[in-house]
Amino acid sequence: MRKRNLYSVFIAAIVVLGAFSIYAWYPSIAPITPPTKEQFSANVIAQGKVLAAAGYCSTCHTTPGGSPYAGNYEMHTDFGTIYSSNITPDVQIGIGNWSEEAFIRAMRTGVSRDGHHLLPAFPYEHFNKMTDEDIKAVYAYIMSSVPAVSQQKIDNGIPFPLNIRFLQSGWKLLFADTSPFEPQADESAEWNRGAYLAQGVAHCGACHTPRNALGGEKRDQMYSGAAIDGWIAPSLTTSSKAPLKWRAADFDEYLRTGNSSFHGSAAGPMAPVVHAGLSALSDSDIKAISVYFGALAGNHSDNPANSSALKAALASQQLPDPRIDNGARLYAISCQSCHYSSNELNKGRPLLSLGSALHLDDPTNLINVTLDGFRANQGIAGVVMPAFRDALSDEDITAIATYLRQSAGEQPWPNLKQKVAEIRLQPRFEH
Amino acid sequence: MAKFILNGKSVAANVDGDTPLLWVIRDELDMTGTKFGCGIGTCGACTVHVGGRATRSCVTPISAVEGASITTIEGLSETGAHPLQISWQKHQVPQCGYCQSGQIMQAAALLKDIPLPTDAEIDAVMSGNLCRCMTYVRIREAIHEAADLMKEASHVKIA
Repeated sequence: MRKRNLYSVFIAAIVVLGAFSIYAWYPSIAPITPPTKEQFSANVIAQGKVLAAAGYCSTCHTTPGGSPYAGNYEMHTDFGTIYSSNITPDVQIGIGNWSEEAFIRAMRTGVSRDGHHLLPAFPYEHFNKMTDEDIKAVYAYIMSSVPAVSQQKIDNGIPFPLNIRFLQSGWKLLFADTSPFEPQADESAEWNRGAYLAQGVAHCGACHTPRNALGGEKRDQMYSGAAIDGWIAPSLTTSSKAPLKWRAADFDEYLRTGNSSFHGSAAGPMAPVVHAGLSALSDSDIKAISVYFGALAGNHSDNPANSSALKAALASQQLPDPRIDNGARLYAISCQSCHYSSNELNKGRPLLSLGSALHLDDPTNLINVTLDGFRANQGIAGVVMPAFRDALSDEDITAIATYLRQSAGEQPWPNLKQKVAEIRLQPRFEH
Repeated sequence: MAKFILNGKSVAANVDGDTPLLWVIRDELDMTGTKFGCGIGTCGACTVHVGGRATRSCVTPISAVEGASITTIEGLSETGAHPLQISWQKHQVPQCGYCQSGQIMQAAALLKDIPLPTDAEIDAVMSGNLCRCMTYVRIREAIHEAADLMKEASHVKIA
């Protein structure tokens, strides 16, 4: 009897494994001779260039200072270090012999031309929301305009058994959103355009949506904020902790200039999103994305310029006695000359108590910016913030952060000094 | 190779990316009007403008200013006749003079954002600029006077 049960379990296991194998198996798509530039229309190539920028393809597929799209950009994930692929039209290492069909399959299902499963660091779930026409345009741009570079891919540092590509199929079955983009009939054309761009090519949720223990996006908590690349991507929904509500107009200003006076500046991984990515989009597309996120944030439209919250934030600049409060003293000499805002906001003088960094439960973003500042291509373009990494000790940064957190009306961050010390030693996000 | 614009001219320097902007300005490009004070961004002597905003150059790595437009005390006014430079002389602000280029650059940025500052506003923005000769009272007077000059003569070109 026991033998027969064991036998049944064994057979069942074989059947399940067999069915999974059929499900997981994708055929290789035949290699092609690389297409010539003449095969694509100039308009389509131009459209693809805009979309490739708005999808930050080169941000993740290029090492700092390296050849564009040649891969090996290093990403630290909870599952190990991975290196992006070479997606230049190089025939041996890149995607030079990929047909349009193979490219569309990869963008929609995360399967390489040869049939192996790609890792979900490549946000194919989002690219699947794009139209065929848009994906074909990206293909046309890469194949016609990106110089082929024969750069070998560095092997990923993902341990066994997570490195079995076959198993990625199970991940897809459990977590991947395979649905196409569905326009909402009760929303405006502008909202729908914004939703299409944000959910698709711009893959905003890849950073701003929290993930489960196995890295799947929690779609019931879309855009509610998450830790990513050593930073915190704040919530974009009504759960945002920003003291002033984000309006569509604020998103528009932020995405166009890298800064919203009522909120703050695009730091860390968000800086290339604005300056190297979305800057390629037309004003009307940026406005559409802003309308979409403005709606998700609660459709606020009241001008915050006369709000009590803004008045309170401006009043919070009144320093305590610097002889008593060491954090306030350090703030006064190291930070205030730029961050002091008098009685009204000034775009080049970010009022720190309005920014999400001081209101998040996690001090990471504030510590990152204090250590490494802003480069000219981050935040407001052409303007920098110095890097205090070699100027301020862990104690100094802890004192300043403690003072700022308090001045923003929030409870102290626990274990702050330890956090500063840890973040100081972390590898830096580089772009 | 770091490339940026210094006082309106394109410049380049072959230095490591983490070299402080101040060292590049002084040692590589021989513009010595900007001073080295504390080296940790807490005295203000090294203040220059990056993209028009006062910036402590001793703690700004050169890699951060790639392509940016930088103005030093040498470039604040072609003729040395910025209203702050005029009022600075009139009130005999400089004593040893070591902090003055940083003070003037910080004050020039202040007057762009807050054209007629109160004493409290001057104190808030200028408190990161130290003066070992203790001329703070004169600094404040000179800033007030420059603000008035700029209000009267809005035709004067402000850097």
